[in-house]
Amino acid sequence: MTLITFLVSAIKFGMVLLFGSTGETITEKSGHLNLGLPGIMCVGTACGCIAEAIFFDLVGGRRGMENLAFLAVLIPILATLIGGALMGLIFSFLTVTLHANQNVTGLAMTTLGVGISDFLIASVDGYKFTAGAKFFNTSLPFADDLGAFGKLFFSYGIMIYLSIAVAIATSLVLNRTKVGLHLRAVGENPATADAAGINVTKYRYVATCTGSAIAGLGGLMFVMDYLNGNWEYVIDAIGWLCVALVIFTTWKPVFGIFCSIVFGAFYVAAEYIPGISLASKEIFKMLPFLVTIIVLIMISVKNKKENQPPASLGQSYFREER
Amino acid sequence: MNTVALELKNISKKFGDKYANKNVSLTLHHGEILAILGENGSGKTSMVNMVAGIYYPDEGEIFVDGNPAVITSPKDAFGYKIGMIHQHFKLVDVFSASENIVLGIKEPGKFKLSEVDKRVAEITQKYGFQLNPQKKIHEMSVSEKQTVEIVKVLYRGADILILDEPTAVLTPQEIEKLFEILRRMRDDGKSIIIITHKMNEVLSLSDRVAVMRKGEHIATVETKNTNEKELTEMMMGEKVELNIERSEPKNLVDRLVIENICSKNEEGLPVLNNVSFTARGGEILGIAGIAGSGQRELLESIAGLLPLESGSIIFNRPKKGLPVSFYHKSFTEVLALAEQGKFHYEDGTPVSFDGMHHAQIRELVNEGKILFNEDDVTNLRDKTPLEIRELGVRLAFVPEDRLGMGLVGNMDIVDNVMLRSYRRGKSVFLDRDNPHDLAMHLIKELNIVTPDEHTPVRKLSGGNIQKVLVGREIAAAPSVFMAAYPVRGLDINASYGIYNMLNKQKEQGVAVIFVGEDLDVLIELCDRIVVIASGEITGIVDARSTTKEEIGLLMTKNRLEGGSENE
Repeated sequence: MTLITFLVSAIKFGMVLLFGSTGETITEKSGHLNLGLPGIMCVGTACGCIAEAIFFDLVGGRRGMENLAFLAVLIPILATLIGGALMGLIFSFLTVTLHANQNVTGLAMTTLGVGISDFLIASVDGYKFTAGAKFFNTSLPFADDLGAFGKLFFSYGIMIYLSIAVAIATSLVLNRTKVGLHLRAVGENPATADAAGINVTKYRYVATCTGSAIAGLGGLMFVMDYLNGNWEYVIDAIGWLCVALVIFTTWKPVFGIFCSIVFGAFYVAAEYIPGISLASKEIFKMLPFLVTIIVLIMISVKNKKENQPPASLGQSYFREER
Repeated sequence: MNTVALELKNISKKFGDKYANKNVSLTLHHGEILAILGENGSGKTSMVNMVAGIYYPDEGEIFVDGNPAVITSPKDAFGYKIGMIHQHFKLVDVFSASENIVLGIKEPGKFKLSEVDKRVAEITQKYGFQLNPQKKIHEMSVSEKQTVEIVKVLYRGADILILDEPTAVLTPQEIEKLFEILRRMRDDGKSIIIITHKMNEVLSLSDRVAVMRKGEHIATVETKNTNEKELTEMMMGEKVELNIERSEPKNLVDRLVIENICSKNEEGLPVLNNVSFTARGGEILGIAGIAGSGQRELLESIAGLLPLESGSIIFNRPKKGLPVSFYHKSFTEVLALAEQGKFHYEDGTPVSFDGMHHAQIRELVNEGKILFNEDDVTNLRDKTPLEIRELGVRLAFVPEDRLGMGLVGNMDIVDNVMLRSYRRGKSVFLDRDNPHDLAMHLIKELNIVTPDEHTPVRKLSGGNIQKVLVGREIAAAPSVFMAAYPVRGLDINASYGIYNMLNKQKEQGVAVIFVGEDLDVLIELCDRIVVIASGEITGIVDARSTTKEEIGLLMTKNRLEGGSENE
């Protein structure tokens, strides 16, 4: 049974990462290396928590929330999406419109985002959004009747299924639709996309905002589901894990479902190995980054065009320059 | 049906304070091929870029089919059925041909790639292209990529096609095929604008020629009523001497002896196969061949950029019988070489410095009484460019990829000049004064057109970029000067400037290796011509007595046996 609990925990944590990496993949497919992801996830999460706290006040506490369980989940999600998208908008404005360097902007966004989220969370009463956690945790009623199978597949809150759905949908959009084709073109070769009549600026703005919004959901799920509504100041660390995960998935969201579980397993493994020292636990948390480095080496050695990052990743595009 | 398809009225465009185009007025009729002829930097490309929506004109109006058109983006251009095939292909490498072709098109209905493949196949059949719609761009040859570009604009239903120097990257056979297709399109009622430098192409393909000079439209003439001389005069604004001066080679020395070098590419296919020749100081050695026959690999292997499978590259400094001097060798080196028995006295007796004072040795050497026993030979194989330079071998290399390998586009002329000299001196700080002087000298001497010496070189026009590169390499006083397609994309005046520079080098005893594509130039400029085909040397001919036919035959000699026909 420990194995099942371990897997469940790995999947739960993995799906937190999956939101982040799917979001970042969408952003990176447009050619934006958004290193502001950790900060964006922080802000998105904080917005969700605050929305939940406000909702708590409006409906008159726990009892009121019980009656509006659906809204208790939907409102934080929407708030997170808006918060993440706004951060994405700032990033896009700085890099696309003002031509700022993407790396510098991203790192600044991370610092900014962590600060904003700390400030926001410090200004609300924690118990108010903690009250909403149980709605995020609600699993399908028949999960317990199905034994190990049920536990492995149906014991989760809504967010986990949402993250898988988003990853699959993203993959379909990227590979099967015109919009996806255009987005990939923008990330590979913006000059070409521009000459083909694709609005590079629009695609970069929209992709970055969408990606940031989705990434924020990862943080929300981490706090409301994985931590049962307790805010911990580690969301930025999860953000960095997501940035690494994107490389591990070789920019393929569906493959990311598997990869994120692997990352999740590494991250929670230490908890399930008896008699391990506190220091050794930290080594396990390092494993995802080690794996990322190995993957980077592998894709660089194999040098297959299809597994490479978008060709213009991290490069700004200005049309009138020759 | 001589109605006007496209009309430009008083179009002007400025970059900074410089006019790229000034008051250009031009008309294009339905069903004609209009060639645009002009020097580099004469504003041809920026003018058509305005029609294609890449730039927006500062002044003036554009009319399509008689109606005023506002073209602010390539998308608008497609709306007016204008399609441009750029000089540098705008294709996404990891996409298939069809994916690239369908990029940016808004069509109602479900997006299905197989449908696109079908329609692409229809277009290719109609005009006689050869193209596999599912092939990925990074697996394609240059000519295939160009085909994708053309099909792309046709797929969008373009009636006006603009081709920016489409033949620059093609082999003669591919050019012929392209022209065939363009004529078929014209007969189908399409209007075609073609930008080119090559006079014979203008004369054989176009219906009318528009000549541009310094951003202005000089005149448009019917091709059948004009000739090469008239067009050149219009283009230049002055008469141009068409003969390349060639001096008789003097004091020939075997400078670079290439012996049986072989190299393979990433896929393990041979790109150089048993190549042997000797480049002599005091002559220009031409290298002719169809594009991609191994010319680039050959030069890169000499420059120390490409590892070899086998063979040797011997750099020869003929020293036998010449006096030793401290100019070439340090004191300890002289002692070591003497010990190895590499020197002899004027009367032939071997040198031994045993028991001599340093002062005595210095005196003997300085008086020129110690002579070399043998030539100084160095094998450059498997040496890095830096090692080669440290050996005192002065190689100059003008690569075909000017802004990729030759210069740093974002740096100014001074900094680019410094790339060659920054290692000099012992100070922690760089010497910026000498490079600055050299940059100013180059600008003046070679008439480099630039706002100042601190303009990033990528902002200069192609010809001026090349002048910076060639000038810098020559300033390093090379003993071997290698240039790959140094006049590619350059106008006639700039080309002659380069020829003169090469000739000057030759007269100074430099071994010049010139990789060229224009056979007429090779025959007029070079002393000997090495012909290379599929990585093998098929002949070394005397440029003074050879003919174009002879070289052409050698160039295509074993192409059919080698398996690389889709190159």
